[in-house]
Amino acid sequence: MRHEVRFSGYGGQGIILSAVILGRAAALYDNKYAVQTQVYGPEARGGASMGQVVIDDEPILYPVVTDPDIYVIMSQQGFEKYGVWAREDAVMILDADLVRSRPGCRYYEIPATAEAKENLGREIVANIVMMGALVATTGVVSREAIERAVLDSVPKGTEDLNQKALKRGFELGELASTTPP
Amino acid sequence: MIAPDWFREDRLPHIYCAGCGNGTVINCTLAAVEEMGWKRNETVFVSGIGCSSRAPGYILADSLHTTHGRALAFATGVKLARPDLNVVVFTGDGDLAAIGGNHFIHACRRNMDMTVICMNNQIYGMTGGQGSPTTPQGAFSTTTPYGSSEPAFDLAELAVAAGANYVARWTSYHVKELTKAITTGMQTPGFAFIEVRTQCPTNFGRHNKLRQIPDMIEYLRGHAMHVKKYDRLLEEGKPIPEGTFTVGELARRNRPAMGVRR
Amino acid sequence: MSRVEFMQGNAACAEGALAAGCRFFGGYPITPSTEIAETMARRLPKVGGVFISMEDELASIAAVIGAAWTGTRAMTATSGPGFSLMMENIGYAAMTETPCVIVNIQRGGPSTGQPTRAAQGDMLQCRFGSHGDYSTIALTPNSVQEMFDLTVKAFNLANRFRVPTLLMSDEIVGHMRERMAIPDSVDIIPPAPLAEGSLPFEAGDDGVPGFAPFGSGRSIHVTGLTHDERGYPDTTDPEAHDRLVRRLVTKVESARREIADYVVTNPDAETVFVTYGPPSRTVEQVMHTHPDDDIGHLRLRLVWPFPEFALQEFPNAKVFLMPELNMGQMVREVQRHVDQPVISIPKIGGELHTPAELVRILEAHR
Repeated sequence: MRHEVRFSGYGGQGIILSAVILGRAAALYDNKYAVQTQVYGPEARGGASMGQVVIDDEPILYPVVTDPDIYVIMSQQGFEKYGVWAREDAVMILDADLVRSRPGCRYYEIPATAEAKENLGREIVANIVMMGALVATTGVVSREAIERAVLDSVPKGTEDLNQKALKRGFELGELASTTPP
Repeated sequence: MIAPDWFREDRLPHIYCAGCGNGTVINCTLAAVEEMGWKRNETVFVSGIGCSSRAPGYILADSLHTTHGRALAFATGVKLARPDLNVVVFTGDGDLAAIGGNHFIHACRRNMDMTVICMNNQIYGMTGGQGSPTTPQGAFSTTTPYGSSEPAFDLAELAVAAGANYVARWTSYHVKELTKAITTGMQTPGFAFIEVRTQCPTNFGRHNKLRQIPDMIEYLRGHAMHVKKYDRLLEEGKPIPEGTFTVGELARRNRPAMGVRR
Repeated sequence: MSRVEFMQGNAACAEGALAAGCRFFGGYPITPSTEIAETMARRLPKVGGVFISMEDELASIAAVIGAAWTGTRAMTATSGPGFSLMMENIGYAAMTETPCVIVNIQRGGPSTGQPTRAAQGDMLQCRFGSHGDYSTIALTPNSVQEMFDLTVKAFNLANRFRVPTLLMSDEIVGHMRERMAIPDSVDIIPPAPLAEGSLPFEAGDDGVPGFAPFGSGRSIHVTGLTHDERGYPDTTDPEAHDRLVRRLVTKVESARREIADYVVTNPDAETVFVTYGPPSRTVEQVMHTHPDDDIGHLRLRLVWPFPEFALQEFPNAKVFLMPELNMGQMVREVQRHVDQPVISIPKIGGELHTPAELVRILEAHR
């Protein structure tokens, strides 16, 4: 089945890297197909940043995301620019503290940035917390695959921190999916 | 004949006009090549477009006669890919300082290990005598019919400022000094720039009351002043005649260089 | 054996070049091609190669040609504005029969246009952009894997025919990431050496002279002027110019069938899409979701020299549809070879045609 996943936030949150990690997880470790694309341009610096991934069990022909069924949103501006038109049967994982609006589709509130800052000690891993929540709530890739892809992609010496962040993301995702907002 | 082994005899007759200074510069360059003892299979001559740039076509070695202004960029590729090759570039004032000005300053900045000989005849000769960036202010040409109103570039000073390891300037009259300067340039790792003020009686002299070859050479010799004398006059506050240009060695230094034989 | 990666198209292009033995890259940063230069800057020094950031694109292609004449495999990569700047020296490479590879990650033009968006607007420029008559080879990948594979192929074609060979990709394929495999080794075809006793520009039956790189002791004179078989300028004899230019064009054009690279799907179809580059993937998507329909597809991986005979592989074709990311550049080339109507489906703006857009047009033409 074809999934279209869109990530958005502001430049510096690791939005593009999140999309790359998800694509890598699917394509290299889950035996699926994936195409990752992103929006290049001035808005990638400071403004709303966007990266997206198509994931499918079959080879991907048309490579571009047109109508995502999964969103990961980490800023209000990102929501307004890339998330506000989410279709009704989509699912959105949003950072509860950074996104004020709520979509018309099903959504999960994940306090990723607060968790990263307060409990993990590094705000920079908020995107990895979101990745964990994404996988726990949607199952778009397996937990093993995302873990391997995260470890491939993070700087040496930060593996433990990122693994911890991912695990916290799994837990927050599980929690969110059992307690509807 | 100097360095007969390096001439492509089957290319004669050459295209240069009677009285042209370019042949002298080619001779001096080949004398320097002989003095260096360079072999044919380890020496490459590169040029752009213009009278000066036809020189490699008469030399029996690998040679790359390229597009207008780009000789130094082509030569950079040759030298970086094969630092064991000796690279000599022939260029002219239009080729080097007008259309190729950007490549000139960057090759100097990189201090690419090559010897660049600029035959500066102060005119676009091949196209029939149009004003170039080194045409002196007031000089006549087919595109400066009322006298050039632009200041001229001092190419040697430009090379010094841009970082070349070796910079010298002579005229086609100064055959011995020129040969020695080219040899020294070839010996110096990094970018060696030798500007040669050379006569173009056909297209420069004709418009500037220097139609006779000896008149042109005398004009060059008469306006050349050794850099040491020039500096002394300057220091003493003595007057320097209008139209004077310096000759001699303007830079010899050992800045880091690229493309040096490993 | 091979190494499987999740890689960006531009990085795959650089890896393809390295696998093909490219050891010189001269370039100038320009979106959306810059990742190729960045990858080469990181990787080339580790394999004994040379990376240099030149002062502009005129210098980049010049340095590449200079390096190529030392027998080094050399490449540059750019996009629209830089490609325009390279035109004069691409003609020089064609005239001097310099084997080299030029990658164009096409973006929206004219002028500065859309630096971060895709286009296929340079498809005629890559064939006809430099002045005078010559012929080139141009390849059009549609996936990250093909960025690798066709870059390798570009080097081999450049060597074999001694022509500047163009990889005409675009922002979509250059920037997307997909799974791809890097084989342990690839087939590399070196240029045929200049035979003892042969003149430097004396060609055999295939029209391609042997190659004697600088430093091999053959004292080759290379010039962009019209030259004879010795390499010596001969700029006034009509016969000399005729002989040279005909050979430069014919050596590529006469190999059209041999080097053709295209994919035919549903040859019995009456409605046939003709594509190159990423619009082919939209067509494949449409065919996948309409499997019973009578749709054919000719996908070109090599666009120049144009393989007009490939159009004959659809004997029942009633109409050809050509989605291109331009105002209809290659459509003329198809039109002049077939009697059926050829419908241009231009897409301007930087994005791929959507499957829905093509379905609408498909329905209107059946």
